[in-house]
Formats: sequence, structure tokens, C-alpha cells
Amino acid sequence: MLNTLRMKFFHGKQYIPNVRKAAIDGRHRGLPILFQEKCTSSCSECAKCCPANAINREKLEIDLGKCIFCGDCERACKQQAIKFSAFYKLSTTDRDSLIVKGNMSEADYYKQAITAKEKSKALFGKSLKLRQVSSGGCNGCEFELNACSNPNFDMGRFGIDVVASPRHADGLLITGPLTENMAAALDDAYECIPAPKIIILAGACAISGGLFQNSDALNRSFLEKHPIDLYIPGCPVHPLTVINGILDFVGHK
Amino acid sequence: MKNFLAVKNNQVSNINEIPLLDFSSLHEKIIEKCKKSKIRPICFFGLGKASSVRLFVALADDKNSEILVSSSILNRSTTYPSLTPKVPAFHIFERDFHEEFGIKFEGHPWLKPVSYRKNRFDSNSKIENYPFFEMTGEELHEVAVGPIHAGIIEPGHFRFVCSGETVYHLEIQLGYQHRNLEKLFLDNKKIAPHLAESIAGDTVIGHTLAYLNAVESLTGTEISRRAQIIRIIALELERIAMHLADLSAIANDIAYLMGSAVFGTTRTTVINTLLSICGNRFGRGLLRPGGVIFDVDETLIKKIKTNLAKVSVITDRMAGVMFTCSTVTSRLDKTGTVSKEDAIKIGAVGISARASGVNIDSRINHPFGAYAEMKLKNKYNKTGDVSARTHIRYVEIGQSINIINRLLPELEKDSCSESIFCEIKNNLNPESFVISIVEGWRGEIVHTMLTDEAGQIIKHKIKDPSFNNWYMLALAMRNNGISDFPLCNKSFNLSYCGNDL
Repeated sequence: MLNTLRMKFFHGKQYIPNVRKAAIDGRHRGLPILFQEKCTSSCSECAKCCPANAINREKLEIDLGKCIFCGDCERACKQQAIKFSAFYKLSTTDRDSLIVKGNMSEADYYKQAITAKEKSKALFGKSLKLRQVSSGGCNGCEFELNACSNPNFDMGRFGIDVVASPRHADGLLITGPLTENMAAALDDAYECIPAPKIIILAGACAISGGLFQNSDALNRSFLEKHPIDLYIPGCPVHPLTVINGILDFVGHK
Repeated sequence: MKNFLAVKNNQVSNINEIPLLDFSSLHEKIIEKCKKSKIRPICFFGLGKASSVRLFVALADDKNSEILVSSSILNRSTTYPSLTPKVPAFHIFERDFHEEFGIKFEGHPWLKPVSYRKNRFDSNSKIENYPFFEMTGEELHEVAVGPIHAGIIEPGHFRFVCSGETVYHLEIQLGYQHRNLEKLFLDNKKIAPHLAESIAGDTVIGHTLAYLNAVESLTGTEISRRAQIIRIIALELERIAMHLADLSAIANDIAYLMGSAVFGTTRTTVINTLLSICGNRFGRGLLRPGGVIFDVDETLIKKIKTNLAKVSVITDRMAGVMFTCSTVTSRLDKTGTVSKEDAIKIGAVGISARASGVNIDSRINHPFGAYAEMKLKNKYNKTGDVSARTHIRYVEIGQSINIINRLLPELEKDSCSESIFCEIKNNLNPESFVISIVEGWRGEIVHTMLTDEAGQIIKHKIKDPSFNNWYMLALAMRNNGISDFPLCNKSFNLSYCGNDL
């Protein structure tokens, strides 16, 4: 008993006091910034090296729904027109808002990213319980979603939790590229959640298929049948991207 | 004529050097070899043609650090005697082979599909309509769990046959994670290093390193000493991080929240160290063919040292408190025991095997790069229960911290200041064959590659340690209470997507 208490004292407080403004290591690859004026060459090295086909060279755009944040384009660009910043508030409510355009700053991106609806604020503002389903996820996003509830990030302090049964949930949190073998179970899980319910896609795989977009073992028809409420990009998603995205979605200040 | 070609880990050989035996003599020779201790199958796959399949078999000879390779041609319309009754470790390999090609192995007790892969031979066998093994009796009942589980974990289905609380049999059904990775690797060569990072997102470094070792061997690329050391530091950091995550999860499953919290935050320190090195908490983007992308400079060396010192102190203290706490030991001791005999029989690998007293570690038995000169000592337990699997993680954290601390000073030396990356310009050796083994945190990862006359990869076989070890979980559950299942499952923490691919 005494040993346990000593240990507790030794461990100290570990939580991040303010997850809305938490500092992150400068090497973290968050929002890519595209410097249009630097992109003078007619080469398309960035698009050629992108493993996830996330770069539209014509319009100079990066689709964060596909991007796996590997940083290959940043290194391939001789003009240094692409630079990954550490900015982590990347979640959006619209698929189109995930597209980063030329000269878009962090503030520009964040401003258009999330439109908090009054309805979701009223329904889920104080408590949001999610049922997580991994459908071909590589366990990277799953680990980061688990980390959201660890003592550092402690998502539970905002009333956001991942629950054991879809019957207790307000929404579905999907990771992975949606495999064919998992399609039936995913449908079942969604049906079991009482309405009103939301769907959150976490990670490049869930949003676009990511690296697995050309796989023949996927069945992504679930996404055509249901509206998506929140997109959380990343490969894997960073806990701060997840928590800030959900907080913005439910209108938390 | 030789029956087996002996190669070393990462040694390239010509396909034509691999002996081609008729199946009955191959069958006989394999059984003869595997009778000796410390020889076990690590690779078993086919290269299919319309009417026939060439079967490649590789056995690891752990004592002599050799891999024995042989092959045979199998006719698609014939059945062949199974190896499993004589060498049970082949059970999962033969199931995998049967799923792909439909060739039956007579005498195999249970040719169930492994992953319901897209290109399975029998497309009528669906993951939904599999007839589970049944036992009948008045007192027996079945419990079905999954594919979706209570926590945030990957999907898999578990079917228990129980009498009251006691589990008589557990059948594990996997395949929900199948993404057809082996085909993606062949179709999209450009993104292969990225795909390797996504084989199992918890073993980013382990799988990518196994993939890169194979590719670099096939192209005859020597990477710099500095890059090699950074790779091994990353692999050991991954091991520390995942072992801490498992200690945290095991503590959580027995409601010992103190341990769960402390090990959980300690893991954050370790993965944030990886983040400082390469910009990703799991080490994505660090390893590429030809070296590493990010250097470890003096500031980073200092940071790694301070962080690991912190991790070491807090892990020792927490483990000291946890392993002497009676409420912890009463839950861990004698739960989910797998005997050494059973572990050897089914070909278990990695930490789970070492916890059962099997003395294998490919860092020692089949070393590559800097591991070869390190003279590591094998750490293993004997009891084979959850307690042993928990304890071995703690011991290995200390061992990995030592390895990193031994390697870091070398990065500070001038003699080790070569470039960390050089692009591979050579083509892959044509008609070649290579097996690459890396000890990931779960155990031995094996990547096998074959190239054709034009130097194109025609087969890339991936074996995650979970592939061998899932059956261990089924054995561990026998005669245990069903309520101990989550704890047993966590103590193995096997990969679903590594098995399903």
C-alpha cells in the first residue's frame, strides 16, 4: 500500500493541461504548407513520388484524406515548395475541406475545417460515446485512439469515451480501409447504434483507402450508404488531432 | 545430390541452386531434420502454375545459424501426405498453402482457411459460413466473441466451447483484416517501403527492416554502419515502447490501474523519442531502401539517453511494486499456461515462446548487422503462464535499453560519420532467392523474396510471428476460466493484420 502511494507520488501528474494548445515536437508532420511562388519548375516530382496519389500537381493541392504524411514530397521538391508544419488540428467536417491548396496557412485551413452544427453541439456537447470498429486497420490508428484515453491525453475529461457496445454509443469511429471480410460486421455495428448517430472516419485508410486504395480485397460500399460527420486525417491519426477534431465538432471552446 | 541448400540470414542464392526433390523424399527429409531439436519450419509457400505448384520449404537451424531450403513440384490434382502429424509446427503452414492452392494434405487434422484471402482456391468458403468445431454434451455451451471486440482492437472471432466457466476448446477465426497485401506488394513496387510500414502498424520498424534487408541483399547494397546502427536503435525503441504498452494493457486487464497508468505514460516518453527522431510516433518514414532518412545528431543522442534513463528508473520502480503486489501475482501466476513441449511442437516463436522456456531469439540465432558482434544473452522464463509473459517483457525492456546505450557512443565517433542514405541504383539480382529474418518485438519476422529472369519480384512471402503463435493462445485457454480470456489474449498480444495480411 505504502509502496503504491510512493509510486503514485513519484509518477506525479502526467496529463497535458491544455490539449487545445499543447506543444508538439517540431519534427511532427502535420499540415503541409504549399508555397505557390516557390513552385516555379514544371516538374512533377512531388506527385510522382507520392505513394497515396494525394497530390494534384495541376492545381498544386494535397488531399489530406489520402496523404500518409510520409514527407517524401517535401524531400523530392527541389524548390522547397512543400513544407510539413507541426500543426495538428487537421480534422474536418467536409471531405472537400481536407484538400490543402496553395499558400493556405494554418489559420486558413483551420478556419474552413469544421463547421460545428448547433444540433451536434446540443446532442453531444457534454457527452459523446463512440463505438470503434477497425476494418483492416493496421493497428497504428487503433493504438493512437487508445492513447487518447491514456493519462497524458485523457479524452474522458471532456465526456468523450469509446464504449464496449454499439448499444451504448452515439456514433461509429471507423479505422482501416474497410475490408470485404469485415463488411457485414460493420453494417451490423452501425445498425445496432440507436439514432441519432454519427460516423467518424479516422486515418487515411478509412477516408480514402490510403495506401490500400488499389486493393481488391476492400468493400467500401458502407461509406456510400451513410453520411460522414467527421474526417480525422493522419497515418496514423495523432491523439491531438483526434481530440481537437471531436471537440471542435461538438462545439467545445 | 544435396537435399537442402544451407544459407545464412539475408544471403542471396540462385533459384537453380535450390534442390528439387520429389515430394515423398522431401517429406521424409524434412521429418528427419525436424527430429533434431532446434530445427523448425519458417517458410512454406508455393509458386503456382496452371497444373502444378512449386513448393518451397525453409527450415531454420537455430544452433548453426543456418536456413535450410528445399523444394518440390506438386501436382494440383493430387493429394499429398501431410507433415503435420509428425511435425505439428507445419500445421499452420499447410493450412495456408491449402487455402491458396487447394492442394490437400492427407492426414492434416484441420485444413481451415487462415485468412480468407481474396485469391483463395475455394471461393465458396466464406468467412460468414465457416462451420465451427463442435463438441456435444449436456453441460456444454458455446460462447461467440467478435469480430468486433469491447476495446479498440483489431477484429477477430473467438468461439469457445465451455463447461460452466471452464474453457474446453477455443477456436480462433481470423481473416477480417485481409487487405491482399502480398498482391499489392507485387503490383505497386513504387510504394513497397510504405506498404511494409503498414503490414502491422505496431511493428513498423520490424517489418520494414525485414523488407529492406531482403531488397538490399537482392540488389547487393551495403548500407553504411551509421544507418545500420540507427535502424537497430529504432527497432529496439519499438520493442521498448510495445513491451511497455503491453505491460500497461495487462495491468489494465486485471484492474491494476496504477500499473496501467504508469507504463502507459512511460510508453509515451519512448514513442515521443521516436517522434523526435523521425517525425512519427511509430517510426514511419525513417527507413528507406539504402539507409535511413533521418540522422541522430548530438542533441538527439543526448535526448535518447536522458529519456531512456528516465524510462529505466520508472519501469524498474513500477515493476518492483507491481510484481510484489499480491493482487497482481494471484491473477498472473498459473493463468494461461503453455508448456515448453507444446510451444516447441507448434513452432512458437518470440517472447511467447521464450516465456515458455524455448530458448530462441533470432537476434542471437540469426543475427544481422550490429547484432552479430553484440553477443546478446538469451533471456527466457520457464513457467509459460501469463506471469512469465509479463515478466519477460519487463526483462527485455532492460535488455533493449542496454543495447541502445551500447550503440549510441558509436554514433558520436568520427569514424562513424558516413552518409546515412544512398539511393539504390542496382537492379535486383535475377532468378534469386533471399530469406530475411528480423526479431521484431513479438518475435521472428520472415520476409522471403523470389525474382524472375528479368529481376522482377515474383513472390514476396511475409510471415509475422503471430502466424505461428495464434494457436498458442488457443492452447493457453484450455481448462482456464473464460473470464481469463482477455488477460491471456493481452499477454500474447498477437497481430490480427500480420496474420491476415
